[in-house]
Amino acid sequence: MSAHAEMTPLLSVRGVSKRYGAQIGCADMSFDLYPGEVMGIVGESGSGKSTLLACLAGHLRPDTGSVLFDTRADGLRDTVRMSEPERRMMSRTDWAFVHQNPRDGLRMAVSAGGNVGERLMAVGARNYGDIRRSAVDWLDRVEIDTGRIDDRPSTFSGGMQQRLQIARNLVTGPRLVFMDEPTGGLDVSVQARLLDLLRGLVRDMGLSAIIVTHDLAVVRLLADRLMVMKSGCVVEAGLTDQVLDDPQHAYTQLLVSSVLQV
Amino acid sequence: MSGCMRQEPDGARADYNFAYLDEQTKRMIRRAILKGLAIPGYQVPFASREMPMPYGWGTGGVQVSAAVMVPEDRFKVIDQGADDTTNAVSIRAFFERTAGVATTTRTREASVIQTRHRIPEEPLREGQILVYQVPIPEPLRFLEPRESETRKLHALEDYGLMHVKLYEDIARHGHIATAYDYPVRVEARYVMDPSPIPKFDTPKLADCPAIQLFGAGREQRIHALPPYTRVVPLDFEDHPFEASKPDHPCGLCGATDSYLDEVIVDDAGGRIFVCSDTDHCEARRDSGHVGEDTA
Amino acid sequence: MIELRDVRKTFTLHNQGAAVIDVLDRVTLSVARGECVALTGASGAGKSTLMRLIYGNYKAQGGRIEVGGVDLVTAMPREVIRVRREVLGHVSQFLRVVPRVPTLDVVADPLLLAGAAPEEAREAAAGLLERVNIPRALWSLSPTTFSGGEQQRVNIARGFVHPYPALLLDEPTASLDPANREVVLALIEEAKARGAAIVGIFHDAAARARVCDREVDVSRFAPGAAA
Repeated sequence: MSAHAEMTPLLSVRGVSKRYGAQIGCADMSFDLYPGEVMGIVGESGSGKSTLLACLAGHLRPDTGSVLFDTRADGLRDTVRMSEPERRMMSRTDWAFVHQNPRDGLRMAVSAGGNVGERLMAVGARNYGDIRRSAVDWLDRVEIDTGRIDDRPSTFSGGMQQRLQIARNLVTGPRLVFMDEPTGGLDVSVQARLLDLLRGLVRDMGLSAIIVTHDLAVVRLLADRLMVMKSGCVVEAGLTDQVLDDPQHAYTQLLVSSVLQV
Repeated sequence: MSGCMRQEPDGARADYNFAYLDEQTKRMIRRAILKGLAIPGYQVPFASREMPMPYGWGTGGVQVSAAVMVPEDRFKVIDQGADDTTNAVSIRAFFERTAGVATTTRTREASVIQTRHRIPEEPLREGQILVYQVPIPEPLRFLEPRESETRKLHALEDYGLMHVKLYEDIARHGHIATAYDYPVRVEARYVMDPSPIPKFDTPKLADCPAIQLFGAGREQRIHALPPYTRVVPLDFEDHPFEASKPDHPCGLCGATDSYLDEVIVDDAGGRIFVCSDTDHCEARRDSGHVGEDTA
Repeated sequence: MIELRDVRKTFTLHNQGAAVIDVLDRVTLSVARGECVALTGASGAGKSTLMRLIYGNYKAQGGRIEVGGVDLVTAMPREVIRVRREVLGHVSQFLRVVPRVPTLDVVADPLLLAGAAPEEAREAAAGLLERVNIPRALWSLSPTTFSGGEQQRVNIARGFVHPYPALLLDEPTASLDPANREVVLALIEEAKARGAAIVGIFHDAAARARVCDREVDVSRFAPGAAA
């Protein structure tokens, strides 16, 4: 936990830009994410936060820039220029991606246990008993009744589906989790439970995470630092409570003052 | 290839090209076959032609057979192991007419065998070609419907999904319930769909002295196993692959080690179990073997 | 332990005609180990603003704010977070927690963050909850449903569970009954005794007189005031 042990960033983003024709997706993004750090990206729809996340997670190829990831084997590697097999291996082992809509991140026709076990099998697990035990363990950790291990996620509530998606992603012990509006579309009470769960997992596993959301309450509870985006650019970045309590930029002030105080 | 035209055996239609397909088409298919043999288990796209039969009736197999056939061949067709079903009879007749080749029902005598859903009981030998009719060549299809994605998965050897299917079987049934079309890994590289042969036949795919060719007409894919290829069924350490075993002897020939069909024999629900491989059964009966149900 | 030099704070209200409000200027303050400094001054003088500047959730426009040797004005977010985890405790007036988390875990949280073993952290948390008289029956419940006074005591337990070398206390004795007020003052005295540098806002004059070594009137940092 000491400062010098965290000298190497886990993720180092340099000059990442993505355009859609004349439209700017995101422009010249650069930042470092350190091990164990949780960064929130907020901004309104169309601000480019999802485009940035897709570029970082390898779902979109940025037009320019590099995304350096501190790989276990070879240290910092540019994932933009990695071969597709390497990048896929990365996204099955060291990375996780939690989609807003659990249907995008789950196989709805496969049982909960199969969903959790897929990543294990993809990296070579070939013992049914072991896979099953991991699945039971993870369902338990995300507070899903282990008796439902053989049920399909289509029979689950939205909150359960989202927790299943998280279990499915974390089973291989990733180091970096990308989350796209992880609590979007959930009831407020369900959101609280999910936030608590995510917070615990992030801490227990020492995860680094990048969370895209438009919900400022979510980032206040989960994120150490915050990046505010508008029209594809970062308008303000810093410590989460500093950005929220003392916003400097006009857009951030508007964003913060637009939230109803509870 | 004009040589083939001159050597047309009696009975072949002189106004037809040998074995129905034109030489350019055959050349194209042979290229696909050679590529398939060079990359065992890989699905090679080919420009499947309209054939004078509907898709699902063996158009892929027929094109492959036509492309590999020479006038000296002796041709056998089986459908679910039987030489005497409609599909087998028509395809045999088709090549009798368009290629004028000799035909047989004897596995041992045949040089090219086209099959639907079975591998003959009698072990194949070097020099023989087994041509499978394949409905869906993509083993990942039912798990990942996007062709663009399944191709990528093959290219990247990303086969975790196949084990998810087997996991689901065990979770639901306590064992791997996939009884036919059992997915196999070829030479530790491609996962292959062996066409809907029963699990009983799966071990015969491996280390086979004959050439095995798989043709999917509607899907426009050919894949192949050269002789003596390593073919391993996918499984789990603690749920290993097990070939099914017959739970009855054949009612006609008494064989205890062949794949059986259930045949309803009367309106009262009476049934017998008989070898699905009709040639195998006949040969055994000819040499004096008798089953319980032999009248 | 806590060193402020020439700190300036202004707010620019971009959405109200870019009005600039000068709040504090040339703040210089030094708090040694074992010392407790009370911030005083009329309401609106900037006591809370100064506390927030030291905690780092307000951004200074100039100067240095060093806590445990780290300048929070220029530090990277992760450095500020490390300082908060290891060096700088904060008892605010309001309890802000994730809903649904049991009180015992809320209080144990700072120790867990600092790397303590879960059992050890819970034990220490239980000890503090005991001291601030939160009935054991409530420990497994989320404090979000508690009364204002109970929440305040949970907040105090949480702020004192880890032996921070520096502490910020925002009205720690407000809305407390005499018995609990006494407990909190004892906690402050113990923290001083172990060498904590403390900056606090105390409206309770008797409490201030008892625990504080000196007072700093924030109004003297008002912009334009004679230096």
